[in-house]
Amino acid sequence: MTRRALAPGTPRIAIAIVFGLLAVSPPFVSSFLQALLTQAVIYAILAMSLDVVLGYIGLASLGHAAYLGLGAYSVGILATRHGAGFWVTLTVGVLLATAVAAVFGLVALRATGVYFLMITLALGMVVWGLAHRWVSLTQGDNGISGVPRPDLGLPWSFAHAIPFYYLVFTAFLVAFGVLRGIVRSPFGATLVGIRESESRMRTLGYHVWLHKYIGFIIAGGVGGFAGVLWAYDNGFVSPADLELSTSVEILLMVALGGRGTLLGPALGAGLIVFLKNLVSVYTQRWLLILGAVYIGTIVYAPEGIVGALRQWTKGERAWAGR
Amino acid sequence: MGGKVIGSILAALVLVATWGPGAAWAQKGPIKIGFLAPMTGGAAQVGKDMVNGLTMWLEEHGHIIAGRKVEVIVEDTQGQPNVALTKLRKLVESDKVQVLAGGLFAHVGYALAPKVDEYRIPMLYPVMAADDLTQRKPARWVVRTGWTSSQPSHPFGEWVVKTLGYKRVVTIGIDYAFGWEVVGGFQKTFEEAGGQIIQKLWPPLGTTDFAPYLSQVRRDADAVFALMVAASSLRFPRQYADAGLKARLPLLGGGTTFDEFVLPSLGDEAIGGISPLIYSAAIDTPVNRRFVKEYRARYGKVPSYYSESCYTTGQWINDAAKSIGGDVEDREKFLAALRKVEVPDAPRGPVKLDAYGNPIQNIYVRKVEKKDGELWNTVIQTFPAVSQFGKYKPEEFLKQPVYDRNFPPCKYC
Repeated sequence: MTRRALAPGTPRIAIAIVFGLLAVSPPFVSSFLQALLTQAVIYAILAMSLDVVLGYIGLASLGHAAYLGLGAYSVGILATRHGAGFWVTLTVGVLLATAVAAVFGLVALRATGVYFLMITLALGMVVWGLAHRWVSLTQGDNGISGVPRPDLGLPWSFAHAIPFYYLVFTAFLVAFGVLRGIVRSPFGATLVGIRESESRMRTLGYHVWLHKYIGFIIAGGVGGFAGVLWAYDNGFVSPADLELSTSVEILLMVALGGRGTLLGPALGAGLIVFLKNLVSVYTQRWLLILGAVYIGTIVYAPEGIVGALRQWTKGERAWAGR
Repeated sequence: MGGKVIGSILAALVLVATWGPGAAWAQKGPIKIGFLAPMTGGAAQVGKDMVNGLTMWLEEHGHIIAGRKVEVIVEDTQGQPNVALTKLRKLVESDKVQVLAGGLFAHVGYALAPKVDEYRIPMLYPVMAADDLTQRKPARWVVRTGWTSSQPSHPFGEWVVKTLGYKRVVTIGIDYAFGWEVVGGFQKTFEEAGGQIIQKLWPPLGTTDFAPYLSQVRRDADAVFALMVAASSLRFPRQYADAGLKARLPLLGGGTTFDEFVLPSLGDEAIGGISPLIYSAAIDTPVNRRFVKEYRARYGKVPSYYSESCYTTGQWINDAAKSIGGDVEDREKFLAALRKVEVPDAPRGPVKLDAYGNPIQNIYVRKVEKKDGELWNTVIQTFPAVSQFGKYKPEEFLKQPVYDRNFPPCKYC
């Protein structure tokens, strides 16, 4: 496999244009599209966080919705019952997700491959089960409604769609910056090394398990961060957010966009949110279209959209992670 | 599904005319109804029944309400609260609907209610039955044209003791809010009338294999009360019979255990099942006989309560709009009119709202029987004009917590 940094040029310009559009366009599109953009950006954070595990460590997790749920329920419970503000819920949500990831990591990282998949699935269902059954805390499957939009003490109100979008977009930029910094650091390079050959890295003297563990925890924490925003966006939290189908969806976002590319999963998240919500306005056959997109990706772009684009622009097979 | 034709010119007209004063004028454009239902996913067939009901009412009345053309925009919730919220936003902000209706699952109802209040657009809930939506957490802009989960259970519990003479009953309920409320309502009045719930079993949502639960059922009971939904309803009666219980313990149920949505898929094992609900396709009134016949002619099946409720919702919007001269743009007035509607001749019988926004309506005790090779819910008892609080005073009733898996507690277990 050839390993070479992407030459500056077309891809960078394309990325800059997309970021520019995301920053500028919301006030000029319909409120429905604004809502979808907000959702897409939140899911992009979530997909990027999973990409650390799937793309850089090389482990497929089917329990990532748990962290979304932990972040979201932190907001739901603290904001409606204790009137907690944004910074409190954000801190609690991220710390809780991080802590739970630290515990889950101890269990899950004993395994790899399909066993890792099954253990994370089971752990994810544990959190779902708690949300579903711990009624006194979570109100069961009725969910917690009436979560107010955050008040940061700023002159503009986040109850309106556009300021809230920019809050979410800022959060996305922060998450992207942090994750990009991590995957490009020597730590990230080590993760990629582990993905490519665990035994070689071990021989070279790296503490393989610890690297994987830290990567897993980071993914959980950022997942919780997305969950906090998700709860504020919907104003509602219910076990539906933690279902297996949500975890599968996140996994597909990463696979669709291109694992190990960070921006790829973000793109995948955007695509799926729009397919799910926008295409279903026009046809009930949206699932068919979604299915076709998945199959098309697997057949023609096994490295995801960004992977395929890289191959196309560089004329060679390219993995990210550098 | 059709009905998604959005004439942009008409939309513009509505925009321009939104705040026009006085009575309805033709130039105001159509009345737009935004309808939310699961059109894909596990509950898609129920969603279809719902849309059929509303569509049928509109087709029978030429898509005209109070002299104005009516446009229905159906949006797919996929059964997910967050998708429902997104679609709600689309219907209100992009399509500029004047009234909303629909929704199937309770959590969708709880998710939508605060948003509906925020938008200040009336929304009718024909199906979503969570008790607290019209009890402890009512929303100002939500008008329920359906029922509360525990409403049919209240008269039924007492009736089971007094008429059937069962004193000891085992309950098997699907373990989520709807199940708790249906079983809780039954337990409350059943025990107050002298009965005893001697065991409560809670299979999780989505259970299809009931063997582990059926083997636990105490054989010293007089009967079993089962609350099933959707896929569970389809499988439960067969397994109940296979476990050898049908011959020993009569099967009672919540309304959805034997509703018209599942009956055509059940076999003879369901015969004899007794359950209460706000509707039965076998209600023997001229209005309902005509409704069932027409519905069958159009859609090739017997209407379920989902269809009936959405059909009546069409009538409801019509009556309210008519009483204010079609001026649905005056939302406050429209909401007040919606709350005042009384439908004396709905297929399910007379319906009007109580002070909390939930229908006062007949509750039918239905027994599954076979007629002409088909299963029907023969009405064996009618409780007229039952409110969500049953025979209790609302203020008294609301002091107790909402029913859940541990309330009322199982005193005789």
